[in-house]
Amino acid sequence: MNALRRNVLKGAAGAGTVAVAVAAGLLKPTQALAGAPRSAFEAKNVGDAMKGMGVSAPADSKDITIKAPDIAENGAVVPVEITSGIAGTTAIALIAEKNATPLVADFDLSGGTQGFVSTRIKMGQTALIRAVVTAGGKSYTAAKEVKVTIGGCGG
Amino acid sequence: MKQQTIAKLLAGLTGLGMALGAVSTHATPEQDRQEFVKYYTNKYPNVKLDDYVYGALAFDADSKAQYDAIMEFPPYESVVEQGRKMWETPLKSGKTYADCLPNGGKQIAGNYPMFDDTKGKVVTLQDAINDCRTANGEEAYKVSDMKTMGVLTAYMRTLSDGMLMNVKVEGPKAMAAYEDGKKTFFSRKGQLNFACATCHVQNAGVRLRSELLSPAVGHAVHWPVFRGGDNLVTLQQRYDGCFKQVRAVPPAQGSATMNNLEYFHSSLSNGLPMKASVFRK
Amino acid sequence: MAEPMRIRATMAGDVADVKVLMNHPMETGQRKDAKTGQLVPAHFISEVTASINGATVLKSGMSGGISKNPYLGFKVKGAKAGDKVVVNWVDNKGDKNTAEATIG
Repeated sequence: MNALRRNVLKGAAGAGTVAVAVAAGLLKPTQALAGAPRSAFEAKNVGDAMKGMGVSAPADSKDITIKAPDIAENGAVVPVEITSGIAGTTAIALIAEKNATPLVADFDLSGGTQGFVSTRIKMGQTALIRAVVTAGGKSYTAAKEVKVTIGGCGG
Repeated sequence: MKQQTIAKLLAGLTGLGMALGAVSTHATPEQDRQEFVKYYTNKYPNVKLDDYVYGALAFDADSKAQYDAIMEFPPYESVVEQGRKMWETPLKSGKTYADCLPNGGKQIAGNYPMFDDTKGKVVTLQDAINDCRTANGEEAYKVSDMKTMGVLTAYMRTLSDGMLMNVKVEGPKAMAAYEDGKKTFFSRKGQLNFACATCHVQNAGVRLRSELLSPAVGHAVHWPVFRGGDNLVTLQQRYDGCFKQVRAVPPAQGSATMNNLEYFHSSLSNGLPMKASVFRK
Repeated sequence: MAEPMRIRATMAGDVADVKVLMNHPMETGQRKDAKTGQLVPAHFISEVTASINGATVLKSGMSGGISKNPYLGFKVKGAKAGDKVVVNWVDNKGDKNTAEATIG
């Protein structure tokens, strides 16, 4: 499965790739690509997480919006919303770059699900929150810094 | 002359001690509350009084946005649900809390603390709950136990959501308890030698060690809180934390000192709407 | 884990707005127990799937980096009021939970 995903993404030069995979019987039309393998979730740095996801050199995109705080109230529960305005978004991955295991979650979207996810994550320290979006077989990315402080008086 | 009361109390804070004596006489609780409100709204004319219920969040949009995001579907809902089960479970006598408390326990939290003339002291809502327990064959809960009294009030207080704080101070004994609470609020304490007023009046709206400090008006309406969405804290548990943070020995939760403090402190929020079990950092 | 999931699903125009609150400790395996000093073992939801009227709309892989009592919000165009949303999760110990709701 992982190799299939990698091959499809590597060969993604245009709209044809997924069609080719379908024609070759490798990919049924209604089958969404499975989520990143557990090894990606265990990766201890962003580079390895991306490799595990089968993503290399995603293009920076201004069509990805990350709604997250400038300064997290509490690093245990940081609300994050990712909106992808890129047509044909099929997957969104959420990375907290300085977490011990940066890949926090990934979402495979199908059947009319929009390029939008909202969740709450843990962050150990100030870091970039990065979204990696898969659309039309290509990868795109955007990031936003979230500061995490240790408060003095929360009681 | 009334205008000077709070100013004088604050001026007294800059000295080594706090001589309340003459300055606190003749001011009614409502006059005190209005002075507090005037003090804050003069300092921060752009913050609406209605928003004081959000505390420090009223002064910081980024924090308020996080609160809104989490309050949309709070992670601690299942704890409040546990509280609901506790509330609805009959006590040993077969009666429920709703049978004991005024109005079935609905829309009453804003009336507490109240001065009980028969008992000659301030009673909190938790005291009323415990009275219900002991009158119906159960042992009183420890008010400092978040797992019992905390969880129960996390649900029970939501029955008063929307109610305006309505603490009454009537009669000389009630007034004495109120003044005792006010004295605690304005007295320096602990190794750090801070009074409640040091942070929550003098430094309200200002950062102290990266923490944005909240005004005392608007404090008492929004308890208990779930810190980090997870850690349940009642109002007196927070007082306990404040005492420790200035490195003072905290009075016991449920003691006369703490109840009188809650009495004074709550009356400062009269007229503001209650909302229980909210998120805080 | 035994606590039920809560699902809220409402229509906003022609888009179903689905919000899910799961109950789970979401331990990363890196936290030390305050009393024993021992590491609390990793215990977290690892997969979530959601379907509408039987068709999968979302598959998610998660790590312990998702906050305790996970929250998930997503939107589905083309769903209608009355459609059935089913959400399933599995955790790294193999425990499961499922819940359903009707889009209002």
